[in-house]
Parts: sequence; structure tokens; C-alpha cells
Amino acid sequence: MTDLTQKQVRERIAARLASRHRKEKIFRGLGIASIAFGVLAVLVLFTDIISKGHSAFLQTDIQLEVTYDPAELGIDKIDDESLAWANFDGVIRAALRERFPEVSGRRDKRELYSLVSNGAGFELRARLQENPELLGKTETLWFNADDDVDTYVKSLSESEEGFLGRTSEQKAGWIQALRDSGELKKRFNTTFFTNGDSREPEQAGIRAALVGSLFTLLVTLVLSFPIGVAAAIYLEEFAPKNRWTDLIEVNINNLAAVPSIVFGLLGLAIFINFFEMPRSAPLVGGLVLTLMTLPTIIISSRASLKSVPPSIREAAMGMGASRMQVVLHHVLPLAMPGMLTGAIIGMAQALGETAPLLMIGMVAFIVDVPHGVTDPSTVLPVQIFLWADSPERAFVERTSAAIMVLLAVLITMNTCAVWLRKKLERRW
Amino acid sequence: MQTPTLFALLLLLILVAYGTGFSRAVGAARSRGGIRSLASLPSYYGVHTALWCGLPALVILGFWLVFDDAIIRTLVMGGLSDKPGSVSGQNLLYAQIQNLAAGNLVGESTPQLVAAAAHLTSLRQSGQWLQTALILILATGLGAFALLQISPEMRAREKVEKVLRAILLICACAAIFTTVGILLSVLFESLRFFQSVPVTEFLFGLHWSPQMALRADQVGSSGAFGAVPLFTGTLMVSAIAMFVAVPVGLMSAIYLAEYAGNRVRAFAKPLIEILAGVPTVVYGFFAALTVAPFVRDVAQSIGLEASSESALAAGLVMGVMIIPFVSSLSDDVINAVPQSLRDGALGLGSTKSETVRKVVIPAALPGIVGGVLLAVSRAIGETMIVVMAAGLAANLTANPLESVTTVTVQIVTLLVGDQEFDSPKTLAAFALGLMLFISTLVLNFIALHVVKKYREQYD
Repeated sequence: MTDLTQKQVRERIAARLASRHRKEKIFRGLGIASIAFGVLAVLVLFTDIISKGHSAFLQTDIQLEVTYDPAELGIDKIDDESLAWANFDGVIRAALRERFPEVSGRRDKRELYSLVSNGAGFELRARLQENPELLGKTETLWFNADDDVDTYVKSLSESEEGFLGRTSEQKAGWIQALRDSGELKKRFNTTFFTNGDSREPEQAGIRAALVGSLFTLLVTLVLSFPIGVAAAIYLEEFAPKNRWTDLIEVNINNLAAVPSIVFGLLGLAIFINFFEMPRSAPLVGGLVLTLMTLPTIIISSRASLKSVPPSIREAAMGMGASRMQVVLHHVLPLAMPGMLTGAIIGMAQALGETAPLLMIGMVAFIVDVPHGVTDPSTVLPVQIFLWADSPERAFVERTSAAIMVLLAVLITMNTCAVWLRKKLERRW
Repeated sequence: MQTPTLFALLLLLILVAYGTGFSRAVGAARSRGGIRSLASLPSYYGVHTALWCGLPALVILGFWLVFDDAIIRTLVMGGLSDKPGSVSGQNLLYAQIQNLAAGNLVGESTPQLVAAAAHLTSLRQSGQWLQTALILILATGLGAFALLQISPEMRAREKVEKVLRAILLICACAAIFTTVGILLSVLFESLRFFQSVPVTEFLFGLHWSPQMALRADQVGSSGAFGAVPLFTGTLMVSAIAMFVAVPVGLMSAIYLAEYAGNRVRAFAKPLIEILAGVPTVVYGFFAALTVAPFVRDVAQSIGLEASSESALAAGLVMGVMIIPFVSSLSDDVINAVPQSLRDGALGLGSTKSETVRKVVIPAALPGIVGGVLLAVSRAIGETMIVVMAAGLAANLTANPLESVTTVTVQIVTLLVGDQEFDSPKTLAAFALGLMLFISTLVLNFIALHVVKKYREQYD
């Protein structure tokens, strides 16, 4: 000690202090970097999805002058049977040939025909069915362009070259001609919201998946909310402290962390294999998701029951209410906002779930919009999964658009939950 | 009567029972000087009657709906003289009969099938009748019985509350039923799997190729079910995810709890928590279409061989997904450390980072470890990201740039699509599910135990 002068001590402390402060700065910097990483991840994720998906909300249309020529259609009168056999594709093809009379040769013609979606014939049939007087007349209509054309046209607005992909130079020339004459336009893609799934990207939509999600969530909500609240009430208000109650509690906490795919295995083995419930049905999906979300709902309901102060219970008890009356008349209404918040969050979780639904066969290719909880259907996340696997480039933007819709719904639900909590929850 | 109509009628009956029970109680009390003389409020008499009327009928109806089809099927199939031995053949035959009964003509129909279809239709009709009669008689009979019981001395409230309590208890046991259901479903199928594939081969075998041959004479007709490549793949992806999630999650939790002002906290915390609300299929899409190509390009630009589906891409994205999980759990435990510990350390002249590193973190360590264990169990059980981005090839490799496969990926690929419950290929998925369930259960159990023990320390 005595060897060091006061000055030396001060210098050493100063040097050490400098290094300690440097370390402090580094530590703080690491914290800021971590936060920045998290925020950056959110931003990258969202910009990536939006930049890929926004274009799917527009669809390229091509204008054609079609003639409902009875000879081309191969019919002479309008009834269900003749409409079913009529050659509407031929009419579209004739219209395309008329628009580009210079095209000859089989291969070129086939390429020409692929400008328009092959769903155009169905549109024409629907139109003729509604307006039978059109037979033999000519009118100008807009038709969905094929997905390759759509992709090419959309990429043109981003760069001069455009993404040709499977589109040939010749086809690009035709597209250019149509663009110059105003016979090609982009409009809001209503098909995306009104159609079910399709192998053709330009005809694929999310309606069937949305309705399927709705039915599945409905089943989940109807089952999981009452059961979850009842379980929470029992555990929080009535359960005696014993081994059984402990067992139930440990069980609930563990179930909350069991991987969702295991619930899918349960659904497959018990609901489908043992009880022989229908495959791909929202009913089974809802049951599986109920089991999965129950722990979440029970835990949040218990928390909100716990936050009701004991003085309320004591006051009610003092007025001569039975325990059941205390809970049902006083505690439950006060805890309801918190329970609802928990239920919304649980539903949001269920809405985004994919893996267990794959197990019970909700991956089927579903074109029709389901009408009930036992109809085969798919849900939005599974639709996203299916489209993400599709090779067509046009499905990438549709997948992203479906993700945008899903995220929008989820964000709305979560915002509602937060708003509800702020608005209704009381602090004691 | 169709089931929905019957259900509606039953609901109506329950309402009527409530009303009559209520008014009968009021009527019984009238001669004794009003409802004051009743043991319970009149509405409890109403509910009591309604419960007697509705509860047994609803339970029976539920069981009926569950077992109806199975019983009819056994009766119809039992009436057939010659039927295929295999399960799938029987399924096909029954589907044909059902189609015939529904009036859809499919293929040729033998007289035997037509007779079976007629049998099915008649069974269904008589079943419908029986159901309607049974339910209605039960509901009205028991409802009337309850009505007759009503007297001012009857303690209706206590009886009703007893039933309600029983219902609450049954709901609380739903968690146990679920666990038992999971255990039974994976255990039974796994046992069947282990009858054809020995446990040791499954646990220690190094080769995984579950494709079974369609014919016996085909090359490689028996699949290989050594699950070690799956376990290592799962571990690798989870380790990469933890490598991202733990430092980032922990550091952001520390920063938010110890350094950040209220404004930064109010802004950054919800933003990071958005990551927890994003569905996993979205992460999978992001991993497969954006991160995986990016990882491949970067690896190639520094001269490394990389496949387009790599463990690294899946692990990175999974790590991002788990960040909010780690950070919110750590945030909780860090905030639970008493302020006095911090004040003590600061008062002795340590800097903030020294306080955090030497006092707060050690004090919060059990909780943090518990949180990390929970995060690991999530990473192991995560499915969609790896299904979409990690690939299907069961490589036994330590190179994160190669494609690996995981337990969850194999469960999905083995079970998606049509499957038969007698092939080892399908049953293997359940064995994998059992492994997954056990490992996550053990992790959760330890984690919850650690967290709970720690919480008690400072409360």
C-alpha cells in the first residue's frame, strides 16, 4: 500500500474506470443492437411479404370482341344440356384469331390462345345462361389474362425488360400491341376474394379457405370458451387443495407447451380413426384446435379471476350468497373482460395454426366453398402452405397476398383484445 | 325426425320445463304466503326442472350421435354373407353401399349390395325413429318427474349448484382427458410400430428411409426406420435457433428492463412481440423463399457449397420466431428481482452493466434457464418452418448448410395424404410423435419446476 503514492492510485483507478465505462458502453450497445435486430426482423418480414404480395390485388384483363356464333358454339338453342356441351373456348379462340389475323400455324395459334385464362369459357357460359338473347350477337368483354401474361405485364411496370419466364418474345409482342391499343388493363382482383382454390393462379382465390377458417374457429370458440371458463372457475374458486387439483394444474401447464402437431396426432388417432368423423371437416379441425387452445384460455381466465379482489367475494358472502352465487353473480361478470381478451388471443393463435390441421386431412384441394362444419374444407394457413408449394410464379404473389389477409385479420383480433383490455378491465 | 329438429325441440322442451317449474313453485308457495316460504328462489325450481328434463336427454343424444354410424355399419356389414377380409376392402364396400343408399349410381350393383343398401336405409330410418322417441320420452318423463317433486321444502338451489359444480369439475378434467388421449393415441400406435420394428433399431439406427414397397418383390422392399438422422437434424435446427434467440432475446429483455426509458419500452416491446403473433406458416414461407436463397447466395459467394434447403435458413428464422418468447419470459424474471439487490450493487459503486451481470442475472438465472428450456421445447416441436424450409432428405451431417430433416417434418410427410393404419410407415409417425411428446414433456416439466421454485424464492 505504501509503495503507491496517491497519484498512482488515482491514475490506476482512472484507467480502470475508463475500461469499466467502455465495457458499460459495449453492454449497452449490445442491448440496443438486440432490440434493433428484433425490430429489423419485423420490418424485413413485413416489407418482404408486402412487396411480394401487393401486386396480387391487381389482375390483368384482356378485352376481346366475342361473337356468340351458334355454329362455333355448336348449339342452336339455349338449355342446360346444350350449354354444358357448347364450345365456348372455340368462341374465345375465334375472337383471338380475329384480333390477331396475321397469326398462322398450329404452334403459334396455340400460343395465341394461351393469352387468355382457360376459365374464360366458363365466364362466357355463365353470361349466356343469364342472357339467352345474346346468342348470335357480338359484344366486347374483358377476360382474365393467363397467369404468365399477368406476371409479365406486372413485371413490366417494375422494369423495362420485364420477367418473360415462359412467355415468348412473340407473345410479348402481342401483349405490347394489346397494351398500346388499350385492350389490356389492370383491375382490382375480385376473383381472389370470391373464388375457391384452383390450379390456375388467375382463377385461384381464398374464399373457400376463409369460410373454412371461419367454421373451424366457430367450432373452436363455441367449445373452448365455455369449457375453459368453467375449468378456470372450478380451479380458482372451488377446487380443494389436494393431489388431484395439483395434477390437473400440472397437466394444464404442460399441455400449454406441448407441440401443436401432437394434437394433430391425437385428432387423427381418436377423432378420425376411432370415432370415424369425416376427414378434412371443420368440425374435427375445431375439436383439435379446442384441445390446443384450452390451456391458453384456462390460464388467462384464471388470471382474470384471480385479479378480482377478495373483498367482492366477502361482501357477497356476507349478504348471504352461496359460493356458486358469489361466483356467477359477482366474480364472473367482473372477470369477463379479461376472459374475453384471453379468448380472442387464443382464437388468434388457433387461426394461425397449420400443423395439426395437416394431420387431419385439411390439406385437400378444395374448390367449393364449404356450407357447414362437416363439409370438406381447408383453412387460410393451410391454403398458404399449399400455394407456397406450387411451382407457378404467379402463386408466389398470391401466397403473399393471402398472408397479408391473414396477418391483417390477426392484427385486427389482437388490437381488439388490447383495446378491450384497456376499455373494460378495471384496476382495483 | 332429423337430429337438428330434434335438438331444437329439445331446447324448446327445456325452456318449457323451466317455465312450468318456475310457475309451479310460485303456485305451491301461494297458499303459504308467497315465495318467502320457498326454500330457494323460484328460478332455481325452474332450473332444477330444466336440468332433469334436458341433461340426461342431451347426454344420451350426444352418445347416440357418436356411436350411431358405427353400430349401423356393424349391423349392415354383419348381414353380408361374403365380404373382403382386408379393412380397406370393407371400407370400399361400405362406401359403395352408402352411395347406393343415397341414390348415387356408381359402378355395377349386385343384388346383394342393393339388399344391403335397403337394409342400411331401413336401419337409418328406424334409428331415427328410435332416437326421436327415446329422447322425447326421456325429456318429458324426467321433466314431469322433477315437476312432481317440487314442494316448498325442496332445496332446489343446493341441488342445482351440486350439478353445476359437477359440470365445472368435468370441464376442469378436460385437460386430463386430453393428456390421456394424447398418450393413448401415440402409445398404442407406437406399440404396434415397435412390433414390426425393434425399439433399438428405431432409437439407434443410422438410416431413415420409410418408403415401403408396394409389392414384395420390389427392390428395397423394407423401409429403414433408424431415427438418429432425424434426432440430429432436429437438434441442429433447434441449436441454431437457440443460438439466435437466446442472446438476442436475453439482451433485449435486459435492455428493456434496465436501460430503456418508458417511451422506448412502449415502442419496442409491442413491436418485438408482433413476432410472436405471426403464424408459423408465414415464417416458413419467409424462410423458404427469402432466407434460404439468401443463405445459399452468401455461402456460394464465399466459396461454400450450400443446398437450397438448409438447416441454417430454417434455424435462423426459427430463432427469430422464438426471440419474443425468450425475451418476454426473461423480462418477467428480471423484473421480479427485488430492486433492493440492484440498489445495493449500485450503492457499492458498480456500473449498471456490472450490476446486471453480477447481481441481476445470477439472481434471475433459474428463471432464465427455465425460460430457455421452454424455448428449446418449442423449437423441437416447431413444424411449419422446418417442413417448408429444412427439406426431406434424412442426412446424418454436422454441416448446417446441408439440408436436414426433423422429427416433425417426417411426421407431416408420413401422415399427409391417404394412409392405412396397418403399415409401419404410418405407425412410424406415431412413434416419432411419442418421442416428441416425451421429450417436450420432460423439458416442460423441468422448466416449470425450475421457474416455480425460483418464483417462490422472492415472493
